[in-house]
Amino acid sequence: MEFFRPATWADALAIKAEQPGARAIAGGTDVMVEINFDRSRPEALLDLTGVPDLAEWSADGPVIRLGAGVPYTRVIGELGGRLPGLAMASRTVGSPQIRNRGTVGGNLGSASPAGDAHPPLLADDTVVEAASVRGTRDIPIRDFYTGVKRSALAPDELIAAVRVPVADGPQQFSKVGVRNAMVIAVSSFAIALHPERGQVGTGFGSAAPTPRPAAAAEEFLAAELADRGLWDSHGPLASSAVQRFGELVAEAAAPIDDVRGTAAYRRHSLAVMARRTLTWAWRSYREEQQRCA
Amino acid sequence: MRVTCTVNGSPAAADDVWEGESLLFVLRERLSLPGSKNACEQGECGSCTVYLDGVVVCACLVAAGQAQGRDIRTVEGVGDCGTLGTVQQAFLDAGAVQCGFCTPGLIVAADDLLRRVPRPADAEIREALAGNLCRCTGYEKILDAVRLAASQRPGGVTDGGAG
Repeated sequence: MEFFRPATWADALAIKAEQPGARAIAGGTDVMVEINFDRSRPEALLDLTGVPDLAEWSADGPVIRLGAGVPYTRVIGELGGRLPGLAMASRTVGSPQIRNRGTVGGNLGSASPAGDAHPPLLADDTVVEAASVRGTRDIPIRDFYTGVKRSALAPDELIAAVRVPVADGPQQFSKVGVRNAMVIAVSSFAIALHPERGQVGTGFGSAAPTPRPAAAAEEFLAAELADRGLWDSHGPLASSAVQRFGELVAEAAAPIDDVRGTAAYRRHSLAVMARRTLTWAWRSYREEQQRCA
Repeated sequence: MRVTCTVNGSPAAADDVWEGESLLFVLRERLSLPGSKNACEQGECGSCTVYLDGVVVCACLVAAGQAQGRDIRTVEGVGDCGTLGTVQQAFLDAGAVQCGFCTPGLIVAADDLLRRVPRPADAEIREALAGNLCRCTGYEKILDAVRLAASQRPGGVTDGGAG
């Protein structure tokens, strides 16, 4: 095995171009587990922790550009106000030790259906910046996941950053697991309300081969809110609408039975989480209006 | 490959390091620092918790090469010049040790907490130690030890929660 430790992004891309089999490693919270347990023997490790740019984030107008190497601890501490959905999900990752090392870029690189960052990224129209010596391209998050632990990244590409819109409305995240800490999601769900454009974003994890949005649920809720004038009136949501939203989210899932839970439980828990998070988010939206009135 | 770094304030070097090796293996098997324990090798148990550039991490999930040029502090470096540190003494005084395997990781995690939050509430202690598993004690005496250490640090107070 070889070990590369580039000090610049250009060097990292050059190494990846020359040796596409080199496995990118940042916090190591996925990659080292595979190596420790002999599940994979990459021909080389490409350590990205020596590239300073990756550990930075910046605000570009209404969008946060989050470097692929920013650990969850910093997402929680520095971006909780602007990216509340992602920060909530980040708080549920592993333990303090894991959050100090694990990164959103690594979550995307692994592309596990259970990754905690995926649902809020899906709910908030994130763009993934994929880079190679050939140039940089934007991959919309909904096109990023292609299969179990597979993504749209080309063999010579590395993730530079994600661009996540600053929250323009309430966001929520919920995750089911057997305890509070060190839990791989049995299922997870994120919602983002986008009042200014009258849209609703969703994402769920651990209930399909890839993280997914629940498109029919999004359309149903956006139409419900528009048709009844609720975005403007800030009126209460009908319980039948909340119920239907939950059903549509569950219908979007394609879960399996495994050691963490059954397919039926995953569908059921998704419907429950969808109802709860929508209720919380809509309550925030109504309270916001009361505060401004 | 050769890995050089600072460990507990002194320069350290390890030779013939395999590229897929963990920092934990380097510390225990090459630098003769067996205080950090090897248990789960997947970041679940926290027994290998060390400081890496002042931040607590699981040494089993740091590739050896990622430690190149960096500053590492292990449980062996938590005390003061050969005497036990406040947290270590508090674990003894509170009887927060049974088989002892999880203790080094808990000491480092608790030390980190008290550096960041000198007077932690119980919820903060639980959150800070959430990545450290103990299969003997049931955690109550461990919580007692952290409360005791907090009360003994300069400026610390007893919040009456020590049960």
